Amino acid sequence: MISELGHFLITLGLTLSVLQLVSGWLAAGNPTGMAAAIARRSSYSALAGVAVAFVLLITLFLQSDFSVAYVANHSHVDKPLFYKIAATWGGHEGSMLLWCLLLVGVGAALSRFALKDDPALRIRAVSIQGGLQLLFLGFLVFASNPFMRELDVPVSGAGLNPILQDPALAIHPPTLYIGYVGLSAAFSLAVAGLIEGRGGRAIAAALRPWALVAWTALTAGISLGAWWAYYELGWGGWWFWDPVENASFMPWLIAAALIHSAIATEKSGNFAGWTAFLAIIAFSMSTLGAFLVRSGVLTSVHAFALDPERGLWILAIMTILAGGGLSLFAFRSQLLGQGDGFALTSREAFIGANNLLLTVVAGTVLIGTLYPLLATALGATGISVGAAYFNLAATPLLAALLILLPLAPFLPWKKNGLNRSLALRASVWILPGVVAGVWAGWIGGSPVAIAAAALAGWTLAGLAADLWQHRTVALASAKAGLAARILAHAGVVAIALGAVADSTGEPETVATLATGERMNVGEYQLELTGVRRADGANYLADEARLDVEPGGELRPQRRFYAAADTTTREVSIRSGLDGDLYVSLGEPRARDDGEIAYEIRASFNPMVWLLGLGAFLIVLGGLAASVSRALDQTGRGDPS
Amino acid sequence: MRARTQRLIMVGVAAIVLAGAIGLALFALRDAIVLFYSPTEVAASPPAIGERIRIGGLVEDGSVELPSSGGARFTVTDGAATIRVSYAGSLPDLFREGQGIVAEGAFVSPELFEASTVLAKHDETYMPPEVEEALRESGVWQGDEDE
Repeated sequence: MISELGHFLITLGLTLSVLQLVSGWLAAGNPTGMAAAIARRSSYSALAGVAVAFVLLITLFLQSDFSVAYVANHSHVDKPLFYKIAATWGGHEGSMLLWCLLLVGVGAALSRFALKDDPALRIRAVSIQGGLQLLFLGFLVFASNPFMRELDVPVSGAGLNPILQDPALAIHPPTLYIGYVGLSAAFSLAVAGLIEGRGGRAIAAALRPWALVAWTALTAGISLGAWWAYYELGWGGWWFWDPVENASFMPWLIAAALIHSAIATEKSGNFAGWTAFLAIIAFSMSTLGAFLVRSGVLTSVHAFALDPERGLWILAIMTILAGGGLSLFAFRSQLLGQGDGFALTSREAFIGANNLLLTVVAGTVLIGTLYPLLATALGATGISVGAAYFNLAATPLLAALLILLPLAPFLPWKKNGLNRSLALRASVWILPGVVAGVWAGWIGGSPVAIAAAALAGWTLAGLAADLWQHRTVALASAKAGLAARILAHAGVVAIALGAVADSTGEPETVATLATGERMNVGEYQLELTGVRRADGANYLADEARLDVEPGGELRPQRRFYAAADTTTREVSIRSGLDGDLYVSLGEPRARDDGEIAYEIRASFNPMVWLLGLGAFLIVLGGLAASVSRALDQTGRGDPS
Repeated sequence: MRARTQRLIMVGVAAIVLAGAIGLALFALRDAIVLFYSPTEVAASPPAIGERIRIGGLVEDGSVELPSSGGARFTVTDGAATIRVSYAGSLPDLFREGQGIVAEGAFVSPELFEASTVLAKHDETYMPPEVEEALRESGVWQGDEDE
C-alpha cells in the first residue's frame, strides 16, 4: 500500500506542477487575483505531496519492503538503521526523488518568500519553476520511479554498496543537491524577469540571495565529497579531475561568477545581460552534471550503475532548459537596459575580470570533460583526458584570479581607482609575498610551491589591509558583507595553498609486512605489531596495528561485506599541523615459508588541513554574505 | 581616457585572456590525451613500448597472482585476446576476477603491460563503456540478454 500511495503522490506532484505552471502563467496580468492564489497553493501542495512521498520511501527502507524493486536493490536486512535511511537517496531513483523534492521546495519557497514588492515577477517565477518541476517529476514518474513493485521478492535485498555506508556520504548528496537545485531559483527568476521585461538591476537583486545560498550549499557538498574520497575510498587523493567531480565543479564556478556579477548589476546596472545569462547557464550546468553522472557516457572512477536511456531523458531536459532559456535571452536581453558604464580600473572592471577568469576556467573544464565525447562523435573511440590537462590549463587562470583579488575592495564603483596611493599601499603587500616565497624555497619547495606561497602572501596581506581599512563600517549589513568577503577569499587562498602543498607530497609507499616488520614513510617509521579481527554489524574485518615512530598508533581496517561480496578499506589517518600520515591495509599474502604478510599502503600528505579549513571558511563566507543580504533588505532605504 | 578607449582596452584584455586560455588548453590537451586499447586491438596493432595508454577488459578467472613482495599480476581478456598486466600499487577494493577494469600505464615489453593506475568502480554492476564496447566487438558481451 505504501508504495502505491507514494506512486500516487509523485503523480499528484506532477499534476499540481502543471497547475502551478498554467495558473501562474495566466496570473501574470493580475498577480494578486484568483489564478495567482491557485498557482501558489499548487506549489505548497506539490511540496506537501512530494515530501510525504519521500517520507514513505524512507518508511519502505525502514521496513525493508523488498517487494519494491528500488528498496530490494539498495538495501539489506543487515544494514544498520541510519544507513537504511541514507540508502533512500543512495541510488538513481531515490536521488531523483530527492532532486524533485528540493525542486518543489524551491517552488514553494519562491511562492512564499520571493519578491514581496513585485508580485507580478514572483508569480511568473513560480510559473517557470512549475515548468521545471513538470520536467523533472515527469522524468521521475515515467523513467525513474522508485515506487515500482518487483514480481519475485528477494529475501534479504541486494545490499547497498558498502563504501557508501559512511556518514559523510549520507549527507554529501543532499547538500550537493541543495546547491544544484537551489540554482533553479536563479534560473526561474532570470527567465521570469526576461519575460516580464524587468530591468537587469531588478533581476539581479531578485536572484542574488537564492544564488548565494545555492552556491554555499554546493561548496559544502563538493567539500564533503572530496573529504569522503580522501578517507573512505582510500586512494590517497581528494580530487581527481574525474568527469563526475568536474560535473559539480562547473556549476560551482558559474555560480561563483554569478554571485559576483549580480553585485555589480544590482549596484550600477552593469553586466545586466551577463548576469541573466549566467543564471540560465548555472542551472543548465547543474543538469548537465546530473546527465554526466547518470548516463555513464564517460568513464569515471565514481561511475554508478548506468542507464543510457535515462541519460537521454536528462539530456533532453537540459536541451529544453538551456535552449529555451538562451533563446529567450537572445530575444529579450535588450530589455535589461544599459548599465551606468564603468572605467578601466573600477570595481566593476575587476568584477568583470573575475567573471572572465571564472567562466574561462569553467569552459576549460567543460572542454576537457566533454572532449572524449566529442572525439567519439568524430569517430575516434576510447580517448580520455588526464589530470595533467586540467592542472596545466586551469592553474594559470586561478593564479591570475588570486593576483587581482585583493585589489578589488579598494576600488570605487564606476570610477578609476588604481591611483598612486593604492599602488603604494599594494606595493607593501609584495613584502609578505616575498617572505612567504623565500620561506617555501628555504624548506625545499618546488617552483610551483614557491609561486603559490608568494601569491598567498600577497593575497592574504591584501585581505588584511581590506579588513583594517574597512574596520569602521557602521552598518550591520556592511559588517557582515566585509566578513563574507574576507572569509570566503581567505578560504580560496587556503584551498589553493592546500592543493599545491598536497601536490608536492611524496608518492605513496607500498610494502608487504609481516608482524614485527618495519617500513619508512617520510620521517616516520611504521612497525606492524599485529593484526586482529574487528567485525562489525554487517561486515567481517581485519584490523592492523601499526606503531608509529615518533609517537602514536594507526589502525587501518580491511572490511568484507558478505551481502555485497565486496571488500573495502578503512584508512587510518594521523593528522598534524605539518600534514597527514595516511595508511591503508591491502590483501594478505602468503610467503614461501608460510608466514602471512599484509600489504600496507602509506603516504604523508602535507598540510591537508588547509583544504578543510578553506572549505569551511568559504562556507562561512557564503553564510555571512546571505546574512548581509538579509540585513540589507530589512534596512532598505539606508544609504550604503 | 575616453570611455570608448577604455572599453576597447577591456575588450582587448578579454580577448587576450581568452586566446591565451584556448592556446593553453589545446597545448595541455596534446599531452594529456590517453588512448584506449582493447586486448584485440593490442594484438592487431601493438602500441609502442612506453607509450601511455589505457587498456581494459575482464580480469581472467584464476589469473590473479599476489606475489609476497607486494603488487599484483593478472590477465585482462576480451574473450578473443589477452594482455598480461603487472601492477605495483595496491589493487582497488572492487577488483575481482571476472570484473571489468580499466588500467592506465604502458607496455614495458611486448608481453607485459605495466599499469600505474587500475580503475575498478564504486559500483559492482558497473562496466566501463570502453570495456563494454570491446566485449561487444569480440562477442563476449551478453549483458543485454540478462536484463
